[in-house]
Amino acid sequence: MTVERQHAIQPYAPAVQREIHKAGEWHWEDRWRDLPAGGTVPQGGTSENYVTGGWRSDKPIFDAVTCTHCLLCWVFCPDSAIDLDDGKVTGVAYDHCKGCGICAYECPKQDAMVMAPDTQELPQ
Amino acid sequence: MRPDTGRVAMTGNEPGALAMKQVRPDVVAGYPITPQTELMQQFAQYVADGESETELILVESEHSAMSAVIGASATGVRAMTATSANGLALMWEMLYIAAGYRLPISTMLVSRSLGGPINIHCDHSDAMGMRDTGWIMLFAETAQEAYDNGIMATRIAEHDQVRLPVMTVQDGFITSHTTQVLSILTDEQVSEFVGIYRPKKSLSNFDQPMTYGAIVLPDFYMDVKRQQAEAMDNSPRFVEQVADEYAELTGRRHEALESYRLDDAQVALVVLGSAAGTAKDAIDIMRERAIAVGLLKVRMFRPFPRVEVAEALSRTRAICVLDRSLAMGAPMGPLAADVAASLVTGRRAPPLYNAVYGLGGRDITIADFEGVIEEAAEVAQTGAPKATVRYVGLRGNEE
Repeated sequence: MTVERQHAIQPYAPAVQREIHKAGEWHWEDRWRDLPAGGTVPQGGTSENYVTGGWRSDKPIFDAVTCTHCLLCWVFCPDSAIDLDDGKVTGVAYDHCKGCGICAYECPKQDAMVMAPDTQELPQ
Repeated sequence: MRPDTGRVAMTGNEPGALAMKQVRPDVVAGYPITPQTELMQQFAQYVADGESETELILVESEHSAMSAVIGASATGVRAMTATSANGLALMWEMLYIAAGYRLPISTMLVSRSLGGPINIHCDHSDAMGMRDTGWIMLFAETAQEAYDNGIMATRIAEHDQVRLPVMTVQDGFITSHTTQVLSILTDEQVSEFVGIYRPKKSLSNFDQPMTYGAIVLPDFYMDVKRQQAEAMDNSPRFVEQVADEYAELTGRRHEALESYRLDDAQVALVVLGSAAGTAKDAIDIMRERAIAVGLLKVRMFRPFPRVEVAEALSRTRAICVLDRSLAMGAPMGPLAADVAASLVTGRRAPPLYNAVYGLGGRDITIADFEGVIEEAAEVAQTGAPKATVRYVGLRGNEE
């Protein structure tokens, strides 16, 4: 039974798919036979392409004024979603932050990372 | 009491352990369960004596044993374990993982009933519980076959075109704890035969990072499973290649199926494991009494050689498939159901019924087999089995 199927679920945006195509050994359009065996991912660094920010209901809000750049949030973040520049926290990578709140919990200043509903606008 | 090469007398567990030592796995995970315990104990002795350089991990359960070898195998090393009965049942979910990740793990199963009531003796209820997990399954009639399968399993599993886990099965106590004479190879011969395992991809190849175990959702899962099914369907020709090479080395050729006096048989028995030996003796006796009976022994139960089974049996007039396990509530036992399915998709389907025997280690004797053959010969005349499932060797009459 051969069916040309447009799969409803495609977690990668088309632009990201093109990037994966360039880097990897397989292609989104591949037939079942040509996919990597065993559901393995045959290359590194692909989680960056997989946007998980949509899973979030609360989000951390970063306050650069109170932050002492102790980097505990960066150490504890399970999704590597704390952005750094030259050893200083610059904010949160919201494409990958799932809103777990560990950064806000670990923040010794308590107010450098504060959880708020995801609907709240970021401070300018 | 170190066995020298050549002809030796050993219980079935000992050549299991010897094969495990000789294929030189990098990692073995062990957890004791009767009747497999002796196998792992002997292997642990090899490690303790410095005869094996294997990293032997004594884990806290069979679930952990299978998990440990899955982890080891994903890093690109040769990994093995062994178990029986409830131990295999505890591994169950991990058996699917090993096969689904296409990891070339080989494992030795010393078959035992699953109970309850608790029983430590042989039947195939443990093996049948894993028949759909995606492992290649090879059954042994003798200690010799258990040894040979144990060596070939590594080559089959690691074959680039296969990459599926392999379970080799011997009958608990009947084979594992009785002494038989068999031929063994030297460590060097086996080492050369199995070679060094060098996977193209693994977790410890840092030049090409990769992931095992990522979630695969509806957009890819079915395609990955279809691929796995194809690998299973394609594996027999590579199993055969390995069997050919093994035959060149040893003179022993192990086919997926073994036929015994089947060419002109009107009545066919089909059986797995050690009972095949008893069946052959009974067949010789019944042939003297002019009953044209033969045997089809299934060595490779997964993938099931359905075309060859149909071919081997289609010219008979009655088929009795013997199952050493029950499939509660199913139309027939597992082996009978597979044979029946193979026949209906073949050219001709002779009358077929199922005989259940040997549960929990109940002996099946030559006299039992004579009774089975007499009944099957009647079915060849009448074309109508007395029942779909018969039971051999019950206390009192069957009715």
